[in-house]
Amino acid sequence: MKVSVVITLKKDVLDPQGKVIHQTLDGMGFDNINEVRQGKYFEIITKESDKKKAEEKVEDMCKKLLANLVIENYKIIGSQ
Amino acid sequence: MNSSVITFPGSNCDRDMDVALKKFGFKNKMVWHNDIELPKSDLVVLPGGFSYGDYLRCGSIASKSKIMQSIINFAKGGGKVMGICNGFQILVESGLLPGVLLRNKYLEFICKNIFVKVNNKNNLYFKDIKKNILEFHIAHNEGSYFCSKEQIKEIDDNNQIALCYSDKDGNIDEKNNPNGSIKNIAGIFNKEKNILGMMPHPERMIDSALSGEDGSIFFKNLINNLK
Repeated sequence: MKVSVVITLKKDVLDPQGKVIHQTLDGMGFDNINEVRQGKYFEIITKESDKKKAEEKVEDMCKKLLANLVIENYKIIGSQ
Repeated sequence: MNSSVITFPGSNCDRDMDVALKKFGFKNKMVWHNDIELPKSDLVVLPGGFSYGDYLRCGSIASKSKIMQSIINFAKGGGKVMGICNGFQILVESGLLPGVLLRNKYLEFICKNIFVKVNNKNNLYFKDIKKNILEFHIAHNEGSYFCSKEQIKEIDDNNQIALCYSDKDGNIDEKNNPNGSIKNIAGIFNKEKNILGMMPHPERMIDSALSGEDGSIFFKNLINNLK
């Protein structure tokens, strides 16, 4: 089973990279952007075939390694 | 006094730290990250560098290495642990110190001498240092100290701020904040003050011919206080 996870910075955490990307997009003519936030995306391919169990495992991985909960949130966005 | 410096894949200030500790009288051992047992130590140092190429988040992979469990146990039993630069990042990632170190505010790798004001001398790391302002060197890309509002209050209430970036007169303001750290924080302690993490490198300030001597002051004082 493949579990997909997105890790994003929490709302009040400064994201200078997102800011620079925003400014660059502005400069390229992509207007009407309010904000850009940069995050991470992981695909975990596991031997586990039960969806619920696989997602629980990945959640545990997020808490222990993939995300730093001081600054980041994680969200499992799909399993197949 | 026995010290141990941990070498992770990608550490690059481990030998500088070894030279500094030996210069001021420590019997230092280099310890490989894959070792399980920590040698008998009065001080453990996590050195600067780019452990595991800064993959995932700086210090995150190193914080899960084999030796870290022994270091966590050592620190929780009151053992003295100091993390410099990447070592500081490893300490926050392992949960031994609160908060996290983010990418520098202006997205630059900063490599320069700076001044720090000692905020708390009631601990073995800074007790008896006469100077209030020290000149150290910083070299980092992710040194912007950040934590939640609740955490910063707790850190303040427990007097856990060790060092703040300042000018040579000790003014702590935005102008003298190189990386965007909350409250200009350059180093913090745990609640019990046996663990210190800081971005500046005292080991780069131990030779007047090369740099300066404020690191010498720091190490001389540290070994005296550990005796």
